[in-house]
Amino acid sequence: MLTDNVTVKNLEAVAKQVRRNIVRMLTKSQSGHPGGSLSAVELLVALYFSVLKYDPDNPEWPDRDRFILSKGHATPVLYSVLAESGYFPADELMTFRQLGSRLQGHVDRDSTPGVEMSGGSLGMGLSFGLGVALAARFDAKDFNVFVMMGDGECEEGQVWEAAMAAAHFNLNRVTAIIDHNKIQNDGYVKDIMNVAPLAPKWSAFGWHTIEINGHRFDEILDAYDEAMKTEDRPSVIIAHTVKGKSISFMENNPDYHGKAPTAEQAEQAIREIDES
Amino acid sequence: MTTEQEIASTRVAYGQALAEIGYTNPNIIVLDADLAKSTQTILFGKEHPDRFFYVGISEQNMMSMAAGLAANGKTVFASTFAVFATGRAFDQVRVGISWPNLNVKIVASHGGISVGEDGASAQSIEDYALMASLPSFTVVIPADAYAVKKAIPLVAEAKGPFYVRTHRPATPVVYSSDDCPFEIGKANMLRDGTDATIIAVGILVHEAVAAAEMLQEEEGISCRVLDMHTLKPMDVDAVISAAQDTGAIVTAEDHQVQGGLGSGVARILAENYPVPVEYLALDGYGTSGPYLELMTHFDFTPEAIREKVKNVIARKVG
Repeated sequence: MLTDNVTVKNLEAVAKQVRRNIVRMLTKSQSGHPGGSLSAVELLVALYFSVLKYDPDNPEWPDRDRFILSKGHATPVLYSVLAESGYFPADELMTFRQLGSRLQGHVDRDSTPGVEMSGGSLGMGLSFGLGVALAARFDAKDFNVFVMMGDGECEEGQVWEAAMAAAHFNLNRVTAIIDHNKIQNDGYVKDIMNVAPLAPKWSAFGWHTIEINGHRFDEILDAYDEAMKTEDRPSVIIAHTVKGKSISFMENNPDYHGKAPTAEQAEQAIREIDES
Repeated sequence: MTTEQEIASTRVAYGQALAEIGYTNPNIIVLDADLAKSTQTILFGKEHPDRFFYVGISEQNMMSMAAGLAANGKTVFASTFAVFATGRAFDQVRVGISWPNLNVKIVASHGGISVGEDGASAQSIEDYALMASLPSFTVVIPADAYAVKKAIPLVAEAKGPFYVRTHRPATPVVYSSDDCPFEIGKANMLRDGTDATIIAVGILVHEAVAAAEMLQEEEGISCRVLDMHTLKPMDVDAVISAAQDTGAIVTAEDHQVQGGLGSGVARILAENYPVPVEYLALDGYGTSGPYLELMTHFDFTPEAIREKVKNVIARKVG
């Protein structure tokens, strides 16, 4: 269901709620990946509340647009957005990573309604998305395929195998989104293995490139629109983001790639989100 | 034996079978990583060009694309050499195909040392140990070209991920026609016997039958021979019956000894009915050389199997 006329103000309110959910679920689970979840909030909220066609009551609807989370550790943001979109009750977020939960540590298509791909090993999602787009071509369907990757993830060789193949097969319904938050597990991307400059690389591989501020809804919505209107090539949106966005002690701090906040820190985090 | 031995290629049989079922099953998509002329998926590509894709020399991309296609309702055959299909793309197969139990059929050619001259790097001697370790995979190693033709349509119809191994050279046939028995998960008894059982897979099945004939004619030793074409799930009843009826077992396979047919048979016996077992398999890497010379070099011969049988019978208690 295409949600029309949702104002940026409304999207911002949803984004705040999604951030609160992320903090609460990680505080409860005491494990998981906050930094790369918080950096992707606006990108996912814009997608699910203004762009994607889907039906939470019928997750398998064949004509739905597909969103594939290749950076499969960023489940907190995806689950939170799926809950806010009606796929399952928000209460369920508090079961994240617990034994018996549908909300597994990394994306699992068999457990969670709305999750398209099972993953967690980086670099696989874009290839998976190409397979989905190819299947759509056979079935004469025109749904869109969005694949979100991390910038550190672009160090995986398979990403470039897929980048080459997407242009080769002219899978123009595929849009890659790179959450370019400049930080990976062990530190800054530029120090661990520099992937910059990203846009010329993707461009050289035959992609239409769009570079935006990944926290500004106006830029994000324009980018999705431009990507979907680009018919002759696949598109990549390189979204500059801040790892740990909106929480002072997490912002741009590699320590919070994969560390949950304490209860005290969570209180401060929620306060900061409310005041942002 | 006075008649000339018929030989046939398992990989050509695969290409032919695939091209044939392509006509009745429009849901089949075939991917290959620049080795279609070797794996023989090119035969499908010629007949069904709209459903055949070269993904380039990028096996990881091929396996994840296969997962995406299968997750959206397609039955995908993904082919390349066995070393690349299983080793190069193992993580993609594990996380992307096995875990979500998708309909991807990995049919890999050039299994084992029978690859020949290309040498150790190209000779896949760990492939089915890797694939059998994946919980949702079924692993099939047809003994000859006829068995491949029977197996491929069944694999296409079956649910879930499969690994099927074919071989580079044309090899002696075991069966005499396309009517050979082939039921996934059920071993074929090619010959009954009372003194020992030889359980073999792939190109060693033919050598096992020859060994059994030799043992009967020359030494009066009576051997049962099983073609364990489905390595996983293994035919547990056939293994237990072999142990109960003959009291000694020899396994024969063109694969390294750990994690292969021998290990699987030994596990079943240890749990159910322990009897002496001898293993004919590899314990190290292959090397360059003509296929038939390598078969002799690595003891993949009826004579070597005969010696294993005599050894295992000597170990029988009472």
